[in-house]
Amino acid sequence: MAAAPALADVVAPGDVVFGEYGEVETSLTGVPGDSAAGREAFINRGLGNCLACHENSEMSDQPFHGEVGPMLDGVGDRWSEADLRGIIVNSKNIFPDTIMPAFYENAGFINTREDLIGETILTAQQVEDVVAYLMTLQD
Amino acid sequence: MPGTARKATMAALLAGTVMVVPALGDESAELVIDGEVFVTRTEAPEHMDYISEISSGWLFRSAETQAVQMDDFDNPGMLYVDGGLEEWTNVDGSEGQSCASCHDDAESMAGVRTRMPQVNADGELWAMEDYINNCRTERMGAEAWGWESADMLNMTSMISYQSRGMPVDVQIDGEAAEYWEQGREMYYTRYGQLNLSCANCHEDNYGNMLRADHLSQGHVNGFPVYRLKWAGVGSIHRRLRGCISDTRAETFARGSDELTALELYVASRGAGLSVESPSVRN
Repeated sequence: MAAAPALADVVAPGDVVFGEYGEVETSLTGVPGDSAAGREAFINRGLGNCLACHENSEMSDQPFHGEVGPMLDGVGDRWSEADLRGIIVNSKNIFPDTIMPAFYENAGFINTREDLIGETILTAQQVEDVVAYLMTLQD
Repeated sequence: MPGTARKATMAALLAGTVMVVPALGDESAELVIDGEVFVTRTEAPEHMDYISEISSGWLFRSAETQAVQMDDFDNPGMLYVDGGLEEWTNVDGSEGQSCASCHDDAESMAGVRTRMPQVNADGELWAMEDYINNCRTERMGAEAWGWESADMLNMTSMISYQSRGMPVDVQIDGEAAEYWEQGREMYYTRYGQLNLSCANCHEDNYGNMLRADHLSQGHVNGFPVYRLKWAGVGSIHRRLRGCISDTRAETFARGSDELTALELYVASRGAGLSVESPSVRN
């Protein structure tokens, strides 16, 4: 387990600073992402569930890869860490009409399930973990 | 095109390491039951802007699931039809009447499913369940059935079955227009923490895999449907609630005005497809 960041160092969902193209340069926690934990969040249906929409050859041991989003082979080559962080936090800044949920937003949704109001899909550290994992996907 | 994209992905998967892929149906298959050929793909209704051809969910299912629907002896939904036929002549309530007392043979219900939901004499949009319960409480002096009760599912399955093979043909203009607009608005509204609309999956991504789910166009021409996942028959509103819950949203009650309006809009997207009730799906 990676060390949990001190709460004071965590960037709150509404305080994330986006660059001109929707990228997020600064880590949300200051604690380096754990790529193994990120891989688990990628697979886990209750966390990222990224596999629901994205095919990913690195985890060909897993059944049922989705086809809704682009394949993620080599994604760490094609995008910078800041781009990937921005896409996971809220990809609509980069692709306005995308189907992809924002994994680190907690407002602006309609009829959100009561127990999830004000909650994000992933924690700040989980976002960092997934970014770290995606950066390992090199061509 | 989704189909082409899928084939390419399948080829990529097969070329790679061992990977379990779900069994996909033959999308060129023809649905024939007892010699009757069903319309499972046809030109999209004029009101649809982004889809030119509509396809029944039957086409998106595995060959095994398709086959179950093609044989009435294998189709578990037919047990519900039988249950509904029994209930049809069953006298219930204070007035000493059964359905048959007013409606004669169950065959007189032919065509009803194709028009549901429909605006009633008071200008309200009613689903088939509402009409059935109105008969029970107002004419028979009987208790209303629960929306998802066994009695209701039997009856809606049986009444819908009387329209099997007939084209979906709901009214969307005139007095139905305001309800249809409400349903359309809902269809394109992104709900919940996942921020997803019906259209995100069923208009923009049908044909694609969502993990193990093969996304269909989400038509309701086969309802009530026997779902393998449910191990039973379920209503349209049950299915709509499931989808909305999957977006991590608070959903709407069965029989609510919202779900009935959405049912009308979704039904209208399948206009021209054959009624398949009781259909079989995953």
